[in-house]
Amino acid sequence: MSKDLISINNLSKTYKNGLKALNNVSLNIKKGEILAMLGPNGAGKTTLISIICGIVTPSSGKVNVDGFDIINDYRQTRSKIGLVPQELTLENFETVFNNVSFTRGLYGKAPDPKYIESVLKKLSLWDKKDNILRQLSGGMKRRVLIAKALSHKPSILFLDEPTAGVDVELRKDMWKSVEALRESGVTIILTTHYIEEAEAIADRVAVINNGEIIVVDQKKDLLNKMGRKKLRIDLHEKTDTIPESLSKYDLELSGNKLSLTYSYDTQKQRTGITNLLQDIRDQGLKLKDLKTEESTLEKIFVTLVKENNEN
Amino acid sequence: MRINYYGFRAIYLHEMDRFRRTLLQSLISPVLSTSLYFIVFGSVIGNYVQNIDGISYGSYIVPGLIMLTLLTQSISNTSFGIFFPKFNGSLYEILAAPISTFEMVLAFVGAGATKTLIIGTVILATSNFFVEVSILHPLLMIFLLVLVAFTFALFGFLIGLLSSNFEQMSIIPTLVITPMVFLGGSLYSLDMLPPFWQMVTYFNPVVYLINGLRFAFYGASDFNIWISIASMIFFLVLCISVVAYVLKKGYTIKS
Repeated sequence: MSKDLISINNLSKTYKNGLKALNNVSLNIKKGEILAMLGPNGAGKTTLISIICGIVTPSSGKVNVDGFDIINDYRQTRSKIGLVPQELTLENFETVFNNVSFTRGLYGKAPDPKYIESVLKKLSLWDKKDNILRQLSGGMKRRVLIAKALSHKPSILFLDEPTAGVDVELRKDMWKSVEALRESGVTIILTTHYIEEAEAIADRVAVINNGEIIVVDQKKDLLNKMGRKKLRIDLHEKTDTIPESLSKYDLELSGNKLSLTYSYDTQKQRTGITNLLQDIRDQGLKLKDLKTEESTLEKIFVTLVKENNEN
Repeated sequence: MRINYYGFRAIYLHEMDRFRRTLLQSLISPVLSTSLYFIVFGSVIGNYVQNIDGISYGSYIVPGLIMLTLLTQSISNTSFGIFFPKFNGSLYEILAAPISTFEMVLAFVGAGATKTLIIGTVILATSNFFVEVSILHPLLMIFLLVLVAFTFALFGFLIGLLSSNFEQMSIIPTLVITPMVFLGGSLYSLDMLPPFWQMVTYFNPVVYLINGLRFAFYGASDFNIWISIASMIFFLVLCISVVAYVLKKGYTIKS
């Protein structure tokens, strides 16, 4: 994982109705990584993907894919890309096999029934190969969209909300498939509303809001930098108030008066936990249990978007 | 990849496959309706109408009826071909594929024209069951049929691009093309009209197409054949220019 495979420079898009979907976006995507793009509805995620894939024309800015310009060298860039769209947009009167083969042809590849067979088998679609699309469930159609995107062996895969409306079991199956694709060298960019999804499979996370990228970082670094931990201290006996000597720790007393919560920054050299526990003991409070809780990506995401909207 | 041959082939075969799936609607229906025209106009009414330019009435109307089918079918085939993926959203994969606009249009229009030519050939064969048909200039006939099929398939592509619902798609074939064919000398010679209506008919471009085809069949026409060919080429160039402009602007398919 090193070289930049996709370089996006000062990309902007304003639609004819005046909507500014992207505002001067710059982003580099590394070869072999899984990048998750998070953002509320209308943030500009799908517009960004659509521009890179050639479905939407940018208003200004440049995008290079593996050194090729997406406008001037569109044949080279598009042949490297596979796209799983957000909507279940399929030719409903065709069979699964023909649908997938059609996409392979569109991308300039000679028919290869053996390869299509292997893709369908990996996605548990082989027994449905002769079924007409409209006979399939939503989850199965979603798999067909993935099979179509993989039909021409792309080196970059865009997944636009790939698990929207998919049950938990299938979602986890898809995560495994995504991980297997990454291991085979495919670079994956996914947009999702499920923070859990980004947390489970992404290497890096980009947060988009109002057409701007407000943060891009390694998932782990983001969690470390922005993550706060909470220490919950359960007491043997109720305490009506927090003793004066503990006020410097900014503790929260629970509703049942039986626990105290202490928030601390994991990045600080001194977290203050040792002193806190010492002071609690000095106050004569007896400890029953200790629990720690880490900030999730979801909490970080919500905080970032909220801060961005306020500025 | 300088030319995306497999991309062109995929769209072309996909469209031809739709023709196969809807064979009853695509082939049987126009053949049946044209056969009814031959029975009613050719055999029944034709017995009471005198020969026109030395040709029996039943034989005289064959080029006009073929042209009626050619125009309506080439428009409806291609307009539906591009409108349907636009309507259900599956057009995204054609837009995202490494295929040029020219290759995409050629594949849709080529498939539409091929389907139309198949239907036209079947209708020509069917007409032999009802009336006597002779073809004086077979190469000219093939040239005109191919030219008309491609031109109007391109026109159909334009209608499909510009339409935003099914109703709009049927407006031009039903309310414009069919009346133009019927009032364009498909069932009569222009000499049979009063002078004023003859003058009006000269503004109907379909008149030149029907007369061109009739010349290829029987050597009889109300106009010089070059006027017919020139009018077809003019319309083809017009369609190419408008489609190129619309696609460049991305109208209705690309933001």
